[in-house]
Amino acid sequence: MSTLVSGSTGDWEVVVGLEVHAQVRSESKLFSGASTRFGAEPNSQVSLVDAGMPGMLPVINRECVRQAVRTGLGLGAKINRVSVFDRKNYFYPDLPQGYQISQYTRPIVGEGSLRITMPDGERVVGIERIHLEQDAGKSMHDQDPSRSLIDLNRSGVALMEIVSRPDLRSGAEAAACLRTLRTLLRFLGTCDGNMQEGSLRCDANVSVRRPGGELGTRCEIKNLNSIRFLQQAIEYEAIRQVEVLEDGGKIIQETRLFDADRGETRSMRSKEDAHDYRYFPDPDLLPLELSEDFIAGIAASLPELPETRRNRFVSQYGIGEAEADFLVTEPEIADFFEALADGRDPKLAANWLTTELFGALNRAGLPLSKSPVDAGTLGGLIDLVADGTISGRSAKDVFSEMFETGQAAETIVDARGLRQLSDGAAIAALVDAVLAEHGDKVAEYRSGKVKLLGFFVGQVMKQTRGTANPQLVNEILRERLAG
Amino acid sequence: MSLDRETVRQTALLARIRLDEDRLERMVGELNGILAWIDQLNEVDTSSVAPLASVTGHALPTRADSVTDGNDAEAVLTNAPDRVGGYFAVPKVVE
Amino acid sequence: MSDLLDLDIAGASEALDARRVSSVELTAAYLDAMEAAAGLNCFVTPTPERALEMAEASDRRRARGESGALEGIPVGIKDLFCTCSIPTSAASRILAGFVPTYESTVTANLWRNGAVLLGKLNMDEFAMGSANVNSCHGPVENPWHRTGDGAGDRLVPGGSSGGSAAAVAARIALGATGTDTGGSIRQPGSFCGIVGMKPSYGRCSRWGIIAFASSLDQAGPLTRTVRDSAMMLGAMAGHDPGDSTSADIPVPDFEAALTGDVRGLRIGVPREYRVDGMPDEIEELWTRGRDLLAQAGAELVEISLPHTRYALPAYYIIAPAEASSNLARYDGVRYGLRAGGDEPDDMYENTRGQGFGEEVVRRVLIGTYVLSQGYYDAYYLKAQRVRALIRNDFDEAFGGVDAILTPTAPSDAFAIGEHEDDPIRMYLNDVFTVPSSLAGLPAISVPAGLSVRGLPLGLQLIGRMFDEETVFRVAGVLEQAAGFAHRPSGGA
Repeated sequence: MSTLVSGSTGDWEVVVGLEVHAQVRSESKLFSGASTRFGAEPNSQVSLVDAGMPGMLPVINRECVRQAVRTGLGLGAKINRVSVFDRKNYFYPDLPQGYQISQYTRPIVGEGSLRITMPDGERVVGIERIHLEQDAGKSMHDQDPSRSLIDLNRSGVALMEIVSRPDLRSGAEAAACLRTLRTLLRFLGTCDGNMQEGSLRCDANVSVRRPGGELGTRCEIKNLNSIRFLQQAIEYEAIRQVEVLEDGGKIIQETRLFDADRGETRSMRSKEDAHDYRYFPDPDLLPLELSEDFIAGIAASLPELPETRRNRFVSQYGIGEAEADFLVTEPEIADFFEALADGRDPKLAANWLTTELFGALNRAGLPLSKSPVDAGTLGGLIDLVADGTISGRSAKDVFSEMFETGQAAETIVDARGLRQLSDGAAIAALVDAVLAEHGDKVAEYRSGKVKLLGFFVGQVMKQTRGTANPQLVNEILRERLAG
Repeated sequence: MSLDRETVRQTALLARIRLDEDRLERMVGELNGILAWIDQLNEVDTSSVAPLASVTGHALPTRADSVTDGNDAEAVLTNAPDRVGGYFAVPKVVE
Repeated sequence: MSDLLDLDIAGASEALDARRVSSVELTAAYLDAMEAAAGLNCFVTPTPERALEMAEASDRRRARGESGALEGIPVGIKDLFCTCSIPTSAASRILAGFVPTYESTVTANLWRNGAVLLGKLNMDEFAMGSANVNSCHGPVENPWHRTGDGAGDRLVPGGSSGGSAAAVAARIALGATGTDTGGSIRQPGSFCGIVGMKPSYGRCSRWGIIAFASSLDQAGPLTRTVRDSAMMLGAMAGHDPGDSTSADIPVPDFEAALTGDVRGLRIGVPREYRVDGMPDEIEELWTRGRDLLAQAGAELVEISLPHTRYALPAYYIIAPAEASSNLARYDGVRYGLRAGGDEPDDMYENTRGQGFGEEVVRRVLIGTYVLSQGYYDAYYLKAQRVRALIRNDFDEAFGGVDAILTPTAPSDAFAIGEHEDDPIRMYLNDVFTVPSSLAGLPAISVPAGLSVRGLPLGLQLIGRMFDEETVFRVAGVLEQAAGFAHRPSGGA
């Protein structure tokens, strides 16, 4: 599949690299003991350190270090035994210290890679580095006519900046990369990946060039907060750059913002003088040294990663690749599936989960974590179908009620008298009664009007209010009518 | 290295310190004097020396991940020159 | 009353223990003396009510048989230490109105050990200066006067802990905290004829001390005697998990190190400290110090610290660089001064332009420049490499000696206003104190004699990293042998 953009003067190749800011899952901040919980009252989750009060000093949270290492290991990356925290100096009202503590020349994680799947095959995206840094606070510009308001709750929350190599060739590939990365982070438990709440943000560096030619000048599109916007922004930006170049213009290296309403990128006011960050090692901190044991301990506790789990689903359970892809988009789905498949037909389990349960969840607008039906309950329903207690037809009704009420399948089946009649003798008696009652129709059937079988089935089902096992009814009817 | 007036002006801008022309002029002279004096460092051969950023000799200590701080917006806001409710207020940021 | 003020910390502790005096009486005497000597401009925020409350509480504790290491001792605190509910200014306009809601670790340690707060002490703005003339509260006056000078001839107390040194010398505080980044405890100690101790970097927590240059800043005591210094440092020091650079090692009993015996110790005399243009009287004082220690049984050894002359220029890159970043938080958003402005950048420039004094502006600009793109390697990294060489010099020297003896400062106290238009001349005050600061080593200034103008002069002893004990041990002997008993003409 070609990812080239065709312009009026020929084809152009899009070159994209991502800088992903992933909020580290931790209770407290990177350098202070204030909470990281989302959505609290303004400035209520701020320590004196986060507020940049005079004389306050940072002390690093070791869980954040562990999370960065875990992420690095998940990306097969080199973990740096010694890394250094630097200060990135700039002024902004929501940056209380006047600098951000980050890692510049010596990040905690070095090179790794991420495999992504596109419709026409796999790509391997290089990961250049991951470093730990502090988030800034939040400025609100539209609450007061003359002032901007500052909330420092986010100030000091740990972020991992994950930087990819410029290995992506389209908006779609960038979207797949971010999606795959988000899934990985969720499996690792190092970031919740919630883009609405801002725990995952993405900047994209975009340039275009003649296929295989020299790299073009890039523009950075900042703060993309959904995968869809990422793709749209890159697609728009690539075409914009092609148009500029084909009109004989030049691309100016700059920072651009994506306007989601208009679906276009626009230049941020350029403040070139503000771009001297004067990085230097933070003298309040010492180099971070990791022991082999520390790293090995984390490696040993690494969960099964999405790619491995997907492959295992295909081989162990014999389900389709597309279905397996879906099942590993989130660790909760994969766990749900495995619980459901335990002791049951895995294909049936996958089908119930992906079709029925996700159908209902999507209609109700609920995530799996809020599902009224858990794996045990849904499994109970599947079991009742499998052992013939209820028919496949009633199962759908039972599921609907189960989704509404959260009740167990048995309870619903009993309350609604849906238990299937599978007693051969009882059905035979019913069949005999029906045949006796409709002697004329039996004669017609026997003279060749075999379509009447349906009529007899209908009569038997009617007598049993639909609970007779239709297969048995059919079997016995044929047997009797043949006789 | 010597600093011209424009460089000092840029440096002051980077440091967000407003200097009137008199003060700027004085700083140009003084900073040049100081930098010229500092330049004697160039006499030292440091080609085989690693920079020393910390003298303590111990490794970076770490803390446990628990919430031990915050929950006191008033302590954070009490010295604020301007505030609106629970927020710090600053002149409007022009984007 | 003046008898009471003559007691040093050790003497006052004895008198308190023996119930010859209460902390309230002692504190009241100091409060009176503070008022009488207000003209020295040592205290920027006296806290008489707090002092008496603390003294009463101390007396109650003592009555219950509870007694800390500095129980009932009234001290002054440099206004760089954040003190809960008491204005803390760093002697800068930019912190106008700032009242911390928290207490620095060092002062909290002092209060836990029973000390009583007399008030906050004047200093050079953000601890930048060597004369205590860079203060938004005005200059501090040294209680010492030149022989034959009139009452109107006022001398600087040194800096940046000038208020601390002058207060202790003038007997309006029994002891005081200072901070030392490049000499800010030792040089004013020398200028005021008292003992100033900068411990090893990491010995005292920096938590709650307004930062100047984080890799160099250390708190320490200014006291009248070496024994007081040992007592007070013991009450200030200790590991603090809130400061990542604080050393997780036990605090020794510094007072117990004062054995009075230096026999067999090897004392290094670095030839590079004999600098061009150094007054003869400094050279003579240094020689006298060597002779006194030799007479006491120490072995004096000439040593070489070859990179000494590069310490000061390296320091004037590193310290301003760190300061330029440390002082970025003073932006008018969350505390302190805010000047008007149409948008934040405007507000920042006005606030910082109005809020910072000349020397602070000078250093922030130097620091900003040396960190800026294209200059980082040439200046900052270069300076950190030179710093490594200086540290190596000391490491090698300490292979053969137990302590190093040098002058503290290249001159005696100068007049207020002198050298003010010559920043480099001012920086040269720290020529002997900066090398040990860059290396993080403990160093003390002990008054050892008078200049021809009748002003005190100190000698400096430098020790191995975290070996304050040897420094105190030698300092105690030097103090004893020098017998410095002179008193300033000003003060209480």
